Amino acid sequence: MSATVTSPRGLRARGAGLSSTAIVYLVLLGAIVIGAILTATAGRNFFSSGNISAILTATSILGLVAIGQTLVILVGSLDLSVPYVVSLSSLVGGTMMAGQTGNIVPAVLVTVGVAAAIGLANGLIVSQLHVHGFIATLGVGLIVSGYLGTNYKGSAGSAPGAFRAIDETKIGPVPVSVLIMVAFAALAILLLQRTRIGHHMYAVGGSPEVARLSGLRTSPPVVVAHVLCSVMSALAGLLLLSRLSVGSPTIGSQGGYDLLSIAAVVLGGTLLAGGRGGILGTLGGVAIFAVMDSTMGALQVNPFLKDVVRGVIIIAAVAVYARRNLQVRPARFSAQEAR
Amino acid sequence: MTTTTPDRPDPAGRELPAHARPLGARLAAGAATPGGAVYVLVAVLLVSIIISNPNFGDPSSLIRFAGRTAPIAIAAMGQYYVIVSGEFDLSMGAVVTTQVIIAGNMAGESAGQVVPVLVLMLLVGVLVGLVNGLATTLLRVPSFIVTLGTMLALFGIVRYVAGVAPAGNPVDEFRQIGRGGIEGVPVVEVVPYPLIIVVVLAALAAYSMRRPFGRALVAAGDNSEAARLGGTSVWWIKTRAFIISSLSASVAGIILVGYAGGRAVGEGYEFSAITAVVVGGVVLGGGRGWVLSAAAGAYALELLFVLLTVLEVPSTWRPSVQGLIIILAVAASARVWQVGRRAATVPDPDRSGPGHPTQPIPGTHEGEKR
Amino acid sequence: MNRHASRRVLAAAAALTVLAACSNGGSDDSEGSGEEWFVQADFDEQMEQRDATFEGDPATPWLQYIDGEMTDTSQYAAEGPKKVCFANASVSNPWRQTGYLTMQQQLEVLKGSGAISEMETRDAQDDDNTQIADIDYFISEGNCDAFIISPNSTAAITPAVERACDTGKPVVVFDRGVETDCATTFIHPIGGYAWGIDTANFLVENLEEGDRVIALRILPGVDVLETRWAAAEKILEEEGIEVEDHFTGADPSEIKKIISDALVQGDVQGVWMDAGDGAVAAIEAFEDAGADYPVMTGEDEMSFLRKWEETGLTGLAPVYSNFQWRTPLLAVQKIFAGEEVPKEWVLPQKPITEDERGQFLADNEGLPDGHYAKFGGEDLPGFPQVWIDRKVG
Repeated sequence: MSATVTSPRGLRARGAGLSSTAIVYLVLLGAIVIGAILTATAGRNFFSSGNISAILTATSILGLVAIGQTLVILVGSLDLSVPYVVSLSSLVGGTMMAGQTGNIVPAVLVTVGVAAAIGLANGLIVSQLHVHGFIATLGVGLIVSGYLGTNYKGSAGSAPGAFRAIDETKIGPVPVSVLIMVAFAALAILLLQRTRIGHHMYAVGGSPEVARLSGLRTSPPVVVAHVLCSVMSALAGLLLLSRLSVGSPTIGSQGGYDLLSIAAVVLGGTLLAGGRGGILGTLGGVAIFAVMDSTMGALQVNPFLKDVVRGVIIIAAVAVYARRNLQVRPARFSAQEAR
Repeated sequence: MTTTTPDRPDPAGRELPAHARPLGARLAAGAATPGGAVYVLVAVLLVSIIISNPNFGDPSSLIRFAGRTAPIAIAAMGQYYVIVSGEFDLSMGAVVTTQVIIAGNMAGESAGQVVPVLVLMLLVGVLVGLVNGLATTLLRVPSFIVTLGTMLALFGIVRYVAGVAPAGNPVDEFRQIGRGGIEGVPVVEVVPYPLIIVVVLAALAAYSMRRPFGRALVAAGDNSEAARLGGTSVWWIKTRAFIISSLSASVAGIILVGYAGGRAVGEGYEFSAITAVVVGGVVLGGGRGWVLSAAAGAYALELLFVLLTVLEVPSTWRPSVQGLIIILAVAASARVWQVGRRAATVPDPDRSGPGHPTQPIPGTHEGEKR
Repeated sequence: MNRHASRRVLAAAAALTVLAACSNGGSDDSEGSGEEWFVQADFDEQMEQRDATFEGDPATPWLQYIDGEMTDTSQYAAEGPKKVCFANASVSNPWRQTGYLTMQQQLEVLKGSGAISEMETRDAQDDDNTQIADIDYFISEGNCDAFIISPNSTAAITPAVERACDTGKPVVVFDRGVETDCATTFIHPIGGYAWGIDTANFLVENLEEGDRVIALRILPGVDVLETRWAAAEKILEEEGIEVEDHFTGADPSEIKKIISDALVQGDVQGVWMDAGDGAVAAIEAFEDAGADYPVMTGEDEMSFLRKWEETGLTGLAPVYSNFQWRTPLLAVQKIFAGEEVPKEWVLPQKPITEDERGQFLADNEGLPDGHYAKFGGEDLPGFPQVWIDRKVG
């Protein structure tokens, strides 16, 4: 339903994605400049290694979730079950590890497997039962949340020291957790730009009907995106496990990763209707959030006012992107209107 | 304002909404659509509850249930306007909270405050809807994002200004709206005011959907561009839908503060409302579904919760059952719509109906296209 | 069409089987089930502490403590005002908001006396991950002389608290605990089991075997709330009281619906709450249904105390002592003065009974419904206006 030209979908998508990514990074730059000035007024150094490392750390968890969310949004769906997958993953990982270094590998594999199964369920419900992504993932999220509430009355499990080291280790000011997140972002970019399924994700998200008429099976990209999104959420849950040292049944909801990740993706210039955008922009969106939070933290902004600022910035930024998209589009009428 | 006339073919070339047809055909068609199936669902749930515990079949229990479900049904009807126009309103919960806090903080002293505060609350509702609508249509920000933003901002402002809980309850006269009723009625004992409000609003809603406004709204949700070319001023139609949504959340807030008192209500209300709308067979993405079915969806959901209580499902498992039910309900309705579409044999090449794996999310594209 | 349909049914079945499989697979080896969650030793300890003698002046309960191990703080003794860094879990509910207001006013007093120069606050907005980042930020950037931490959850915040301890500066933990004893002092009221014991005993005393009690709980998975219910449920079940528990999300309309439905099903003799939010809605449900008032336990929130008095029902207001929010800053003052502080500073936690209710209502007259009677700030500057305006930060 997006009013863009539909023919060479993938190419256009990536072309437009790059330039809108540039805007995202300009906004990020602006946020950093303003943040640095405001932080200085509070008598702090924005660029101190401690602050940089805090900002980077803040991007790791949301970054992983948002990478997955980007894929799902690109295919025209969305995922509201991420908070529960994050929580469940931290618990499955934590209880399986049970403090033993030897259990790390099997625990990670099982956790990822469980999450992939949930993602598969999401993907199948969306693509085979034709349930809207909003409802499908809301429903699956509720199902998982009931399981969590029934079986866990608080934190459970324990991460062994070796696993906790993932969170504690830094290379210079850069935490290893961030490097992990960036590595998965790179993989996701490769997937989207260099693989057939990646191209199909753009195609299906851009115009499912055209994709289908051009002989594409529309289900696989949707299912793959949902599976990968859940797996990314599982990795975020495992990273939280390494940070918290225990699994927690509420950690995903605490972070509000469902709406926050969607906001970050859109802040990163990806079209919420699907088909256009990319991982690089999402990383920019996540970084904008992290810089904003850091600045407001240094200024000791009232926690409620922080939400106001977040809300206004999200709307304002997306309004700017929308205006730009308008100018870039060459065609006055889309294929749809020309009918 | 709207030039879509009744005898004009539907812009998307599909069937008109069922209420445009004669009554007989309407009933027959009704049973076969998700919008009609929800009434069957309501009946089945009701019968199951009464069989499990006959006390619930008592007329006075039923009418109280009907009354207390009014706020969510009203919110669902408001959300319907936005959804059928192809958008989303996530700010509903924040509006409810705002109204509850305004009522608790400003109408706590005397009965004389009731009317001015009510007027103020409705104005706040209009304002929020206007902001949502204009940001969606004129700034072209997807409504999912706009209303997520206004949700954050509104919650933040209210809590910053007034704290996380209202100072107290509004005066009893104010609370009567949500708590009181016409007493001494035979058989049912009492007719709760909220029930009267929801019935009146439902009648108005059903009427409005038969008006050019309603048709234009559905047309805009079905194919915004076609509607625009057909002469509809889509931005104003959609903005009005957002105002109606915010107003309905405000009315829900007014009833809730009466029903249960001024405490932190509202968070998550938007998800309940959207779920109700969808269970009522309304299609996310716009263009399809009936407003009364949205209200029926709210009743179905609330009946489901009662049934879970009656069946003594452990409280921790209830979200799971709820999740399963909404998926099944929507999957079923997707199938029914699809069958209906095939029977109608109107091919619709440029629109991905619910039969498609990835129908675009409502409110995710720019509010009004060019 | 048919083939399509059957394929879809298969897919649906597959999807649901996957979900079912993961829930079954998990429950076999899941930890933290009801029995494991209940820690008999903690239950017994808190049972005793309810009757313990508290050191110090009962007029300032926020400085009282149960005699026990003390921390020698002579190493911290220093002149001059100190900077305190406060990692707060949140101010997202009326209880925490009331406490935070009290803390701010206590801060004003200590600033005035020259003990504390400033308090930098970071609010985690109910997120463990954010709070860990907050604590790490304080450690690296805060130039803090002392840390005050109100953990968002027990186990998860433990590593971050340990890192704060590693700085060698005093660390004060209050409200929820952590699983390390590295803190200079850990300030808390007796605890969740004591809450459960007090409330369940009250219900048992006032009800008969076979009576029906509706338990209104906020949400699952929060340890401080789970202990309250674990203790209460154990006692109530042992005494043959029939309990049904529900989750309300602290939403008064949910509460009212739950009670209304319970009343349709049959008589309800008792109501138990794991926090007082929405207690009024529960009582009103009885009024609207024309049923007799239940025996009820709420909390020391003003709304409940007022409604309790108005209706004259048989009730108890358990207290999770809000005045503990005064103690951390006073502890910091003591620490820098080199005075010893209790290693585990257990504050009194005494429910408000019907006899005491009138006094608390009088003392807190004019304060909003979301205010907590045992907030302990009557002698602080700004009383009562600050607690009426409820402006946080």
